[in-house]
Amino acid sequence: MTPLFKAEALSVKLDGQTVLAQVTLAIMPGEIVTIVGPNGSGKSTLLRAIIGAVPPAGGTLTVRPGLRIGYVPQKLHVDSTLPVTVLRFLSLPKRVSRSEAAHVLELAGAQNIASKQLSELSGGQLQRVLLARALLAKPELLILDEATQGLDQPGSAAFYQLVGDIRDDIGCAVLMVSHELHVVMASSDRVICLNGHICCEGHPAHVASAPEYRALFGSGTGGALALYRHDHDHEHSHKHEHVE
Amino acid sequence: MSMLFDDFLIRATLAGIAVAVAAAPLGCFVVWRRMAYFGDATAHAAILGVALALAFNLSVFLGVLFVTILMATLVSRLSGRGFAMDTLLGVMAHASLAIGLVAVSFLSGVRVDLMAFLFGDILAVSVTDLVVIWAGALSVLALLVWRWDALLTATMSPELARAGGLDPDREQLVLSITLAIVVAVALKVVGVILITAMLIIPAAAARPLARTPESMAVIAILVAIIAAFGGLQMSLWADTPAGPSIVTVAFCLFMLSLITGAFYRGMR
Repeated sequence: MTPLFKAEALSVKLDGQTVLAQVTLAIMPGEIVTIVGPNGSGKSTLLRAIIGAVPPAGGTLTVRPGLRIGYVPQKLHVDSTLPVTVLRFLSLPKRVSRSEAAHVLELAGAQNIASKQLSELSGGQLQRVLLARALLAKPELLILDEATQGLDQPGSAAFYQLVGDIRDDIGCAVLMVSHELHVVMASSDRVICLNGHICCEGHPAHVASAPEYRALFGSGTGGALALYRHDHDHEHSHKHEHVE
Repeated sequence: MSMLFDDFLIRATLAGIAVAVAAAPLGCFVVWRRMAYFGDATAHAAILGVALALAFNLSVFLGVLFVTILMATLVSRLSGRGFAMDTLLGVMAHASLAIGLVAVSFLSGVRVDLMAFLFGDILAVSVTDLVVIWAGALSVLALLVWRWDALLTATMSPELARAGGLDPDREQLVLSITLAIVVAVALKVVGVILITAMLIIPAAAARPLARTPESMAVIAILVAIIAAFGGLQMSLWADTPAGPSIVTVAFCLFMLSLITGAFYRGMR
């Protein structure tokens, strides 16, 4: 099987500064890959390089010719001065038929809000609409950039569950960037830990226990998250201590 | 005598409708992108264009078009460079008005009717003016229709525009150029000070009644046409200044729309 895209020793510079160095990465059809890393680690830059928005400064990036990519942005702020229905939004910038729109809304679990105003939607509904919009491209690769920002934990979990279901439905590969490790890891085939370069990668459990990952997330801003995971793993003994 | 009378009113009405047709849909983008000050900055720069045109004996329309295009592109380039957009535009809007007025005062031997440029002189629109105004208005409308979906996407999210293969900076440039043309076209009709009103008030009046971007643009055009027609009639019967009368009628329509919108929401 040929990979959807392959980066070899890829480096990317922004304003003369090296943001990514020596990134080697390939994604196979149908795979769910999650990139985790702290702020400024080049996660979003890597996604932008893949969709061709920033040119590589070194190495090679081979994208399978004609690869259909669906892109779900971090978030969308819809100004309340702009009246636009969900249905109209799906037709931007390319007009789509009503049945196409209905189909992707159903896939994204948002069929009941087609005629609502975009500015009236909740965070979770808006995220589903953005997902539906990305599905219009009939993607072989679905790219999600911190797509659950602003959702609460059950909301994020439901959203990732949905992404997993969509992958099973239409067989697309999924590449997502996230900082929500506890939710993401369960649904991913492979996790890549990024901090300017690839620190470690592999199955979710392997990455979580890798010393490079611990070094990155076990201190500083990531500390609370690592601690939370730990507590969660030992819920019973924790409760037990309190009872005594 | 009565023929002549009818004629100038018809010319004025046609000029007002041309400005309405161009300014209202562009005004929707000005409202959506929160660019009201951008409109002001470009409009105020027009006075500088008038001064230049008179100094070098050029057509006022061309002088204004030149300076406003310069101003519009300059401001969109400068945005996001350490100043908040409203600060930067506030500086540019008022500085260009002041510098323009200073420049006009340097013109010796030319008597400039400043009031006409500041508040418009729609009743003095000539047939040649009318041709220029309609050519400008129709080219703005054509540009907006042609780029509509791209402009709308870039307005909602530059990121989604890029992912869809569009260049948001290019769409911004399209808006800058159309804005410059609208200013040059509307100068004679409502004047420098009130051009922003013709951009924003019809769009704002359309908002409570619209559910899609397209319906908002169409309603804004209707509001602006009614305002142009009503304002001229008011000016004729009450002997009020034409430009400000048009804006006053537009404002009344805005209030009416607010009340209607609130009423509808109350009914639901």
